[in-house]
Amino acid sequence: MIELFVNFVLFTMLVLTALAIVRIDRLFAVVMLSGVFSLLSALLFVTLDAVDVAFTEAAVGAGISTVLMLSTIALTKPVQKKPRHNALVPLIVVGVTGATLIYGTLDMPAFGAKDTPAQNHVAALYLERTPTDIDVPNAVTGILASYRGFDTLGETGVVFTAGIGVLLLLSGLARRREEEGEEQ
Amino acid sequence: MIQHHLILRVVTKLLVGTIIVFALYVQFHGDFSPGGGFQAGVIMAVAFIIYGIVFGLEKVKQVFPAWIVHKMVALGVLIYAGTGVVSMFLGYDYLDYGAFSPHHPTHGQHWGLLIVEFGVGVTVTGVMVAIYYAFAGRPPAISDEDW
Repeated sequence: MIELFVNFVLFTMLVLTALAIVRIDRLFAVVMLSGVFSLLSALLFVTLDAVDVAFTEAAVGAGISTVLMLSTIALTKPVQKKPRHNALVPLIVVGVTGATLIYGTLDMPAFGAKDTPAQNHVAALYLERTPTDIDVPNAVTGILASYRGFDTLGETGVVFTAGIGVLLLLSGLARRREEEGEEQ
Repeated sequence: MIQHHLILRVVTKLLVGTIIVFALYVQFHGDFSPGGGFQAGVIMAVAFIIYGIVFGLEKVKQVFPAWIVHKMVALGVLIYAGTGVVSMFLGYDYLDYGAFSPHHPTHGQHWGLLIVEFGVGVTVTGVMVAIYYAFAGRPPAISDEDW
């Protein structure tokens, strides 16, 4: 009962935050609200007992991305441009996409259901065998680094590639500008 | 040179050490409590980013030079992938941590988790700080008052 109430409040606040993000023109407030959105999602993950995911969401979503978005605003403008085109076409696109997404959720298992495909496949086996195979209390770490070690290596590779990509895009431009400045 | 408010500077100096200790806790206690390399890397990066925001990019680059950050980005992946190569040379499968302690496979798993998570943490710290440096290193279009 109390859990239902907590989930209801959290989801309501998520929707309100999203609506506020759409309404507000000042990008500083939008970035702060997106941090709030991440914190609320982190709380939702906690109610679903996914503490590791909640931890990541709070650190990355509310911490790092807020800072990066603020740095981006510092490079551009703090106020959103007034739209020059008719809002009708974007509205239709968003409406159709949203309807498709909602239609997709109709087939999904109920919120917090325990007989989902994700729970029925190998998850039970991992939970059963972690104490004897790996012997660590946090099964998430055992699955992440040992049973699914290849996946995590791939994820680290993705983080690596993303970092290299951003570095190439941003620092390359700065160096080119410096060189052009020296030539002039 | 930006000179932020005194309280901000003092609180930041107090916070940075605590954040780093917490990051190390999340990193090396990941087998027992929520957390691991990804979260610890982000928290560690936050310690440097908050220092950079309050004291300026030049100061944080004196503490944590860009060339070290860039090396860390690759080093973490090397540690992770290298663990697998070592276990292969010891006659086991790639990333089979049992190789590190043949008589106690679970001990080997503990070592493997620790090393691999450390690799993840190093890469994530490096990438996050590197991205922050890349963004903050460009000349801003907005002055402090315009916010």
